[in-house]
Amino acid sequence: MALTDKDIKKLSHLAKINISSDDEMIVLKKLDGIMKLIDTMQKIDTTDVQPMSHALDIYQTLRDDVVTEKNQKEKFLQLGPESNEDYFIVPRVVE
Amino acid sequence: MKDLSLNELNQGLKNKDFSSVELTQYYLNQIKDLNTEINAFITIDEEKSIQQAQQADQLISQNHISELTGIPIAQKDIFCASSWKTTCGSKMLDNFYAPYDSMVVDLFNKCGAINLGKTNMDEFAMGSSNETSYFGAVKNPWNIDFVPGGSSGGSAAAVASGMAPAATATDTGGSIRQPASLCNLTGLKPTYGLVSRFGMIAFASSLDQAGPMAKTAEDCALMLNVMADFDERDSTSIKRDKENYTQSLNASLQGKTIGIPKEFFNDELNDDVKIILEKVMQAYQSLGVNIKEISLPNSQLSIPVYYVIAPAEASSNLSRYDGVKFGYRASNYKDLEEMYLKTREEGFGDEVKRRILVGTYVLSAGYYDAYYLKAQKIRRLIADDFTKAFTECDLILAPSSPSTAFKIGDKTEDPVAMYMQDMYTISTNLAGLPAISAPAGFINKMPIGFQLIGNYFEEAKILNFTHQYQSISDWHKYSPGGVL
Repeated sequence: MALTDKDIKKLSHLAKINISSDDEMIVLKKLDGIMKLIDTMQKIDTTDVQPMSHALDIYQTLRDDVVTEKNQKEKFLQLGPESNEDYFIVPRVVE
Repeated sequence: MKDLSLNELNQGLKNKDFSSVELTQYYLNQIKDLNTEINAFITIDEEKSIQQAQQADQLISQNHISELTGIPIAQKDIFCASSWKTTCGSKMLDNFYAPYDSMVVDLFNKCGAINLGKTNMDEFAMGSSNETSYFGAVKNPWNIDFVPGGSSGGSAAAVASGMAPAATATDTGGSIRQPASLCNLTGLKPTYGLVSRFGMIAFASSLDQAGPMAKTAEDCALMLNVMADFDERDSTSIKRDKENYTQSLNASLQGKTIGIPKEFFNDELNDDVKIILEKVMQAYQSLGVNIKEISLPNSQLSIPVYYVIAPAEASSNLSRYDGVKFGYRASNYKDLEEMYLKTREEGFGDEVKRRILVGTYVLSAGYYDAYYLKAQKIRRLIADDFTKAFTECDLILAPSSPSTAFKIGDKTEDPVAMYMQDMYTISTNLAGLPAISAPAGFINKMPIGFQLIGNYFEEAKILNFTHQYQSISDWHKYSPGGVL
């Protein structure tokens, strides 16, 4: 199934990546090539095949629920582009 | 000090032929001389490296010396190292100083190794040529008009050019083995889960695996002895007893079997590469190994399956780069939505954006079953092929890359042509198996490797087979400056 410019607009919105109107056709052409490559797998019959999400089919390991590291709030807040003593700052979202 | 193996460097430090400070300074000088041209390193911090070397010299003076104490190791810039700039090759993280050490960096620190610097890489490890890095393309030390491979191209070029004795690397679809092949190095991708992913910036979490890149199998074994360890901070880390990977390097190969997958040795395989691989087979036969044809019938589907699974996981992993908690934030926006849209438009390069968009598409409502679930089912078929093949052979021999290095710029406009670089490496990532690439010879003065794939946790066997080959061949002794 070929992609359309409408798909590109939707993907840009879902992935939160702005795509300028100049770039739209270039992105569409390259994505379409990749989807054609991907679609070659559709010819394979996978009835009754169990999907594989982890190479070794192991269970997730769990650890005891204990504190392992000290509070590093200040260190992590400093990494933010904009923060005060308690929060990361973003543009206002509620009036 | 140039071109000494890790073992020889260890002996030199033990015998006080040179100190760790002298050794580290030697490599820092090499970097000063060569990096402007090769561009293998993104970040060097002479002060930090020398300080670590001074501490190592203290340990050595008290006879506290293990195999890698005092030896400088280059770290791929995907591994967080406390207070080091850690960029993952992206503008998005150009201002990011890691607040903690990754498990891999921590293990090297604990054994007294020196962090020599952070190596260049394709942005977020997405690429096979190291051309997608925000910090510029890396040049292949064998010919600077050519790519070093990717995504661990900086690590490969650093070791191949003599700027580092060994380096760490990561492999999601071939990113250790393909650059090793293109730069005449030995590079091992371990079994999924053997090396901790904690603090290793995530690309495709069910495929990402860290491993060593060095000149020889013996050096890779010494590196893996440090890197392989259980880590409860990585939920997919495997709990098992630590192995000594140098122990069985010299075991005889008499009576062992190498499988040759007929699907890899078909008409599509480049004739020159085929001739070189046939010579590798003959060398193994001279060591008493039987060669047997096997079949991996679904291996041809690896690339389409990978380009569903890896972008899907990447689109989820990279959603964290939103300009809020760390990394780049756009400067002009009118509201939160526009801040996200512009931050990600400006912060990511084209290839990363492409993969996020593909991943978003295959996971979007109505397409999940047709793409992601379908790919996961074929992934099972690909893994089952290997399980069956290993009932007939010890290891599988395959090409590492379809050809020698290509020219910088040759494949940048055609993503699908670039993806084909990994046609022989991706299936082992999907199955989670260990595999190595080691030097096999030269075509038109450019190096090429061969690949050996093993069953789960058979790194020791892979290293043994490779070491035995390297004991009767000398391709690994060639460096861009000549034969060692």
